[in-house]
Amino acid sequence: MFNSAFDAIVPLLCVTLAALASMSAEAFRGKGERMPIGGLGIVGLAGAAVSCVLLWNRNTSSFGVIVADNFGLFVTMTLIIVGLLTIMFSSQVLDLHDLPRGEYYTLVLFAIAGMIMMATANDLLVLFIALEIMSLAVYVLTGIRRDDQRSSEAAFKYFLLGAFSSAFFLYGIAFTYGVTGSTRLDRVGTFLAAQSMADNPLLLVALGLLLVGFAFKISAVPFHMWTPDAYEGAPAIVTGFMSTGVKAAAFAAFARVFLSAFEPFSADWAPVVWVIAAATMILGTVVGVAQSNLKRMLAYSSIAHGGYLLVGLVAANQVGKAAILFYLLAYAVTNLAAFGVIAMLGARDRANDELRDYAGLWQSHPALAALMTVCLLSLGGIPPTVGFIGKWYIFSAAVGSGYYGLAIIGVLTSVISVFFYLRVVVMMYMAERDGAPALPRVGAVGMTALAIAIFAIFYLGILPTAVLDLAAASISTIF
Amino acid sequence: MVALIPLFPFVGFLVNATCGRRLPKVVSGGLASLAMVAAFAVSALSVWQLAALPVDARAIEQTVYTWIASGDLVLGLTFRVDPLSAVMILVITGIGSLIHIYSTAYMHDEPDSEFARYFSYLNLFAAFMLVLVLGASFVVMFVGWEGVGLCSYLLIGFWFKKKSASDAGKKAFVVNRIGDYAFILGMLLLFTRFGTLDFQGVASAVAGLPPEATFGALSLATLLLFIGATGKSAQIPLYTWLPDAMEGPTPVSALIHAATMVTAGVYMIGRNAVLFSHTPETMMVVAVVGAATALMAGTIGIVQNDIKRVLAYSTVSQLGLMFLAMGVGAFGAGIFHLYTHAFFKALLFLGSGAVIHALHGEQDIRNMGGLKAGLPITYWTFLIGSLAIAGVPGLAGFFSKDEILFETFADGHTVLWVVGALTSLLTATYMFRLVFLTFHGSASAKATADTHDLAWNAGLPSHAHSHGHGAGSHLHDAPPAMAIALVVLALGSVLAGYVGVPHALGGHNQLATWLEPAFEAEHTASATAEVVAPAAEPAGGLQASGEASEESETGEARLELTLMGVSSAIAFLGIGIAAFIWLKRRPSTSSGQVEIADRMAQRFPGLHRLLLNKYYVDEVYDAAVVQPIRIISEEGLWRGFDVRVIDGAVNGAASIVDGGAWMLRRLQTGSVRTYAGSVIFGVTMILGYYLWR
Repeated sequence: MFNSAFDAIVPLLCVTLAALASMSAEAFRGKGERMPIGGLGIVGLAGAAVSCVLLWNRNTSSFGVIVADNFGLFVTMTLIIVGLLTIMFSSQVLDLHDLPRGEYYTLVLFAIAGMIMMATANDLLVLFIALEIMSLAVYVLTGIRRDDQRSSEAAFKYFLLGAFSSAFFLYGIAFTYGVTGSTRLDRVGTFLAAQSMADNPLLLVALGLLLVGFAFKISAVPFHMWTPDAYEGAPAIVTGFMSTGVKAAAFAAFARVFLSAFEPFSADWAPVVWVIAAATMILGTVVGVAQSNLKRMLAYSSIAHGGYLLVGLVAANQVGKAAILFYLLAYAVTNLAAFGVIAMLGARDRANDELRDYAGLWQSHPALAALMTVCLLSLGGIPPTVGFIGKWYIFSAAVGSGYYGLAIIGVLTSVISVFFYLRVVVMMYMAERDGAPALPRVGAVGMTALAIAIFAIFYLGILPTAVLDLAAASISTIF
Repeated sequence: MVALIPLFPFVGFLVNATCGRRLPKVVSGGLASLAMVAAFAVSALSVWQLAALPVDARAIEQTVYTWIASGDLVLGLTFRVDPLSAVMILVITGIGSLIHIYSTAYMHDEPDSEFARYFSYLNLFAAFMLVLVLGASFVVMFVGWEGVGLCSYLLIGFWFKKKSASDAGKKAFVVNRIGDYAFILGMLLLFTRFGTLDFQGVASAVAGLPPEATFGALSLATLLLFIGATGKSAQIPLYTWLPDAMEGPTPVSALIHAATMVTAGVYMIGRNAVLFSHTPETMMVVAVVGAATALMAGTIGIVQNDIKRVLAYSTVSQLGLMFLAMGVGAFGAGIFHLYTHAFFKALLFLGSGAVIHALHGEQDIRNMGGLKAGLPITYWTFLIGSLAIAGVPGLAGFFSKDEILFETFADGHTVLWVVGALTSLLTATYMFRLVFLTFHGSASAKATADTHDLAWNAGLPSHAHSHGHGAGSHLHDAPPAMAIALVVLALGSVLAGYVGVPHALGGHNQLATWLEPAFEAEHTASATAEVVAPAAEPAGGLQASGEASEESETGEARLELTLMGVSSAIAFLGIGIAAFIWLKRRPSTSSGQVEIADRMAQRFPGLHRLLLNKYYVDEVYDAAVVQPIRIISEEGLWRGFDVRVIDGAVNGAASIVDGGAWMLRRLQTGSVRTYAGSVIFGVTMILGYYLWR
């Protein structure tokens, strides 16, 4: 590339330009004219992916606030994959519900741009702006089915509470600036490492408030309350997008802030995150068991997965940090595929997202049932899927750092969680379809996306070494 | 080549899972069976190669590829055939092949798609089971461990239209999850301790340590692993799922719930013999739990009336004996019994399947009787199986059970020996109760006419409308595919024991000698200490020492002969008791129950009810564990934290009102406020912790 100050934001620019292009395309689209707007998004994301590859190992930064280090690039790649799969799953869903294509893709792309910015931001204020770019787009996506009350309600709740938590986050930034005199993460880090700031109440408050902001976005207990409602109300594919993309971006930023700038204070935040992680895993799993709506069940499941990621954060040894990155990718692919299946099985007048709607899926959609089974087994951490490797890494990191309690809770909850994943499998294979209306067929694009995701689940489960090495290389650049 | 062994059944699974529905039964069933036979052929070849190697170097290893290599964790997908896994793969593929062949006839009445689904599960199970025993590390074993559990679950619930079947599947799953949980924790603990999960790596690391005299980290790890084993191998306290698992098709009970999967726990302890023998406290637990399970299941077995349930409790009981052997350090004896048990228990299950098949789904032995004449092949093979399990001299069960009892006694555990002997007595009694009630006595009207009606209600639907044997009076014996399996297994039940004839009887106990290297850390490291061991020690040469002089050897032989006499006497006594109580059955007893048994049940009503209700363990578990968890999950956490209930109520009302007003109302009725309150709560807690800690 050009070796200029703009290098580090090239992936971001690709996605943003694609978003703008989609918006213009929609604006100039004739009435009734069909345009492959989703294609623009795919081109933009592909461009971002290429630039990520070119930026790998170069550790560039733009204006000191956006850094394209390997860590950021790894997460960016994960987000690009999330974006690509989302777009591929969406086309069928958009047709079905007559959703505005241009707006939808534009919002998805802007959200991804915000996520990428979050993952690469090196300044707390830029991080905040990124968070808002992402969040605003996702709020609107949640409520994009304007004719559906549940969708609007979900968007409204999500928006109110999101705004509420953003305020805490911003307050945390203000306190940090007040103590350290900078919002740049590297400067904050240097300042904190140099000064003896132990037990400085202002700094501790800053720490706590930032923690709240992140915990909300990754729906950690007790900041998770919005999650089941928002996930259930949003269109299934948006839920998939939120539960993977938003979580990945928020986690990347969380890890960057807490493991680099606030690393000297890990003795202060680790116990708190320990408690949050334990509560998140337990609540997500135990309440998940009682659900009969598939989207709501997966919402709780994604809460629990956030807990596992927090375990990696607490056990922040080298293995733990690499495990976070690997787990993010693993979880993103698996969860998005599962929601993709739900989205594509939805009918115009019927969401088809209750557990009993899946009865006998094996009879009517054998391939889809098999693919869904793989996703669910991976979410449950059954070998030889990627979910097993991800969990194995997280828990061995926890044990390696001496966090036996977290490992015990983590293993226990993941053992229990298999119960509700397998309930769906049992429904699909071992139940009769009694009288419920037939489920729609799934289009070729959607099936292709699913096939890619399933391939990734097995590939990363059976041959994880290459990606694990990448993850290990990524964390070595910043921490 | 080793990797081919699990690969064959896996390919069979793939074919049957993807296009089995469109294949005729001959092809899908034939393919599945062929895959197993091929796996058996490769296994036999591998074992033959293994035997050709010098004793110290008996291991064939194949690393398919490096699964995980990152940081300090390097883990290959490695398969290893050593003397121990050699025995296992032969049992799994050999008996597995027979059961696949048997199944082609047994499941013939299923529609094509169900037939293919059955065989795809069965093949997948075999593949995972082979991965379990061939895996060279805990993690690879765990892959198989999880996999067989999954398949077992799917197969128990195979006839999911029956509610009891899907409930049984669920129960098996939940109980096994508890065991798996402990197993994973044990694995993690070992990993932190030794930094490796390879079996040989762990064994050689442990070999250098002194045995753990008091309960420490190693004891905890082995105890956790043992809890995992109690789940998979149906021991106290996690045995309750196995009797219910009989809801699955009978060949599945034979393969998974008798011959192979349930022995995984025993195998796992044998695989980690070095580790376990360094933790005497855990070993004691293993022995006691094994003995207690053996006795308890035996007592329950004696009053059950479902032919398969009797066999299921018998399996639990025999597994208990194997764990007893493992616990007293007689690893070779435990594996020996595992191996002989696989033959006769598979035979007994398949025989009971033939009976059930002939009676169109009848399983209650009170409704049977006099089947001897109508089902000669089934009768004679079943009788051989019963003689073998009862421990009648000369048959397979005699040698292995006797070795366990002898080792227990020789190790100084007199009480455990008494328990084991009592179990043997019970075994002989309940097995021959089964034989007499099923095959002897009057060809009671019940067995033919009445049960036909019963079958329509209680039995398997698929058999009820099976190929038009309309009149119930016409019994027909096992069709050829089933008969072959029965006869071969019967031969095995007679002959399998002769690989382990003890020295006291002038034999050489080849099996013990063969297995010995598998229970040692590193062949080279311990070679000096063990020079005399193979000749001196009948089995489990861990405590082998050079002290065994000629004199004590003859003394031991005399003791062994005495004990052998005792256990033979016990076997005959048990059969005699059964004959006394149940053989005198008269045609006139219309109730189907027999007088003496009835009288005894009347004299001890409490005991009888206690046994009939299986000591009320299921009820206790339900009250003490299941209900509390359900209440916490559904009533407590869900209602408390998830405000869906409020939502639901509001939703109903809200849908009437239009958008804007509805949202406003919504805000005021609380749910968003509740959510914000939760955020505030979190903030307060965190900041409070920082400011006032």
